[in-house]
Amino acid sequence: MTRGIRDRTAIVGMAQTKFGKGLEDSELSLACQAIAGAIADAGLRPSDVDGLASFTMEEMREVEVARNVGLGDITFFAQISYGGGAGCGVVGHAALAVAEGQCDVAVVWRARKRAARSSRVWMQTTRRLSDHYQWARPFGVIRPVDEIALLMRRYMHEYGATRDHLANVAIAFRKHANRNPHAQMYEKTLTREQYMNARWISEPLCLYDNCLETDGALAVVITSAERARDLPQVPVYIHAYAQGLPQQHQTMLNYYCDDPLTGPAWACARRLWANSDIRPHDINCAQIYDAFSPLIPLSLEGYGFCKRGEGAAYTDDGALEWPNGRLPTNTAGGGMSEAYVHGFNLVLEGVRQLRGTSTSQVEDAANCLVTSGEGVPTSALLLRR
Amino acid sequence: MTEKQPTASGFVLPDLEVPETRGFWEGTAKGELRVEKCGACGRRRMPPRPMCPACQSLKREWEVMSGRGTIWSFVVPHPPLLPTYAELAPYNAIIVSLDEDPSLRFVGNLVTSADGPINEIDPNTIQIGEPVRVVFHQLEDVHLPRWVRARS
Repeated sequence: MTRGIRDRTAIVGMAQTKFGKGLEDSELSLACQAIAGAIADAGLRPSDVDGLASFTMEEMREVEVARNVGLGDITFFAQISYGGGAGCGVVGHAALAVAEGQCDVAVVWRARKRAARSSRVWMQTTRRLSDHYQWARPFGVIRPVDEIALLMRRYMHEYGATRDHLANVAIAFRKHANRNPHAQMYEKTLTREQYMNARWISEPLCLYDNCLETDGALAVVITSAERARDLPQVPVYIHAYAQGLPQQHQTMLNYYCDDPLTGPAWACARRLWANSDIRPHDINCAQIYDAFSPLIPLSLEGYGFCKRGEGAAYTDDGALEWPNGRLPTNTAGGGMSEAYVHGFNLVLEGVRQLRGTSTSQVEDAANCLVTSGEGVPTSALLLRR
Repeated sequence: MTEKQPTASGFVLPDLEVPETRGFWEGTAKGELRVEKCGACGRRRMPPRPMCPACQSLKREWEVMSGRGTIWSFVVPHPPLLPTYAELAPYNAIIVSLDEDPSLRFVGNLVTSADGPINEIDPNTIQIGEPVRVVFHQLEDVHLPRWVRARS
């Protein structure tokens, strides 16, 4: 029996606003610009759209988006939680809805004005805590970077990983951003020496182990494979999608289970590969969620590119770098060097690789793995031409 | 920076009136490090929560731990941070695995004494695997568990 949504739907349109700090346009305006742009890119009309999927952290409600962009009657709308873990999942939900006939043309988007200091979620800790953060924040583990740094320190201890491995990640993605004129770090190079001398944010993680802060919006359009073949863009098929929320997981503060270093990626990957004809060693390029550099080695392990404990060493010898690395990863610069829009920019770069339009184009790329955040309930997509 | 202070002291603190966790904080006020235990199958769990994931019982008990454990991991946060924490940075934050069951873990701070500052210990001397024991420090109406080196 063939399981999953294999190639029954495709991404047929995409668009993004410019990325930056302190953009004047409102989040709603940015969202509308990206969505209208993606629909036009697909060769469709706004009134053709009858499905919407978004992040629960998305502040632009479906009604506002639909009223502004002039969408048709919406017969499917859904949201997924857990911030950076949601991106591939919302695309997957839209694809499921199209595949099952709950809608014909679905739009998925993310709009965010994050670059303002006041928008940092952890800065908004204003009261006595009654949720699971009460077990960490009183002690000064306040920001996501502190929470991930605790896992990384343990990982370094268990497997001999070093800052040099994390520098491999940061430098690879920066090199890709330096080739992408839309990347926030397009004009800023990064050397190993700069990395090693950077200020600490949460030891063992430094400034360059962190993603950027970005204002911007992106959107993609999904429709059936049949309809996709009549549209102007090269169809990028959604071969498989999966989500993962493993047993006894605790979001971000995953310290309360037998093995905290085995995160949601492992559970997500089992379903993803089970519903796919493609295997990890067949993957041509990857877009891996990188709010923090440690998520790359952890995700490489979780998605089966190497064994547990080998993810850091996997990054050696330029393995993540275009064009000669064994797995060119985050080829537009990723969250650390292109833009941090909750990982949704990774979906669009996956589409570009399969359209053949990336600024770091992997030759003959036939497939691309896109993942959402490790460390929170997550999701992933396998895209193919 | 934010002008909203998290609490009167500037520290982020737990709400002591949550039914699931009140017993834990009542314990720390008495100098006890309690872990929740299923009243039916006896399995311990952390953090406290209403249902036992092993047997689905709602019966819950508190078991007082020895307060001994080892450092499982640690970090040293630097600004930007909430103002009160930024003033203390760089400080340490550690995760302790309890001797009774290493999968029971607590986030805390390594200090030289119960009321010592969280930035007193040179982070370069902290080692994963170091034995520690619990102490309690009062902030407003909360008694926070903290950790001192077991041999100090």
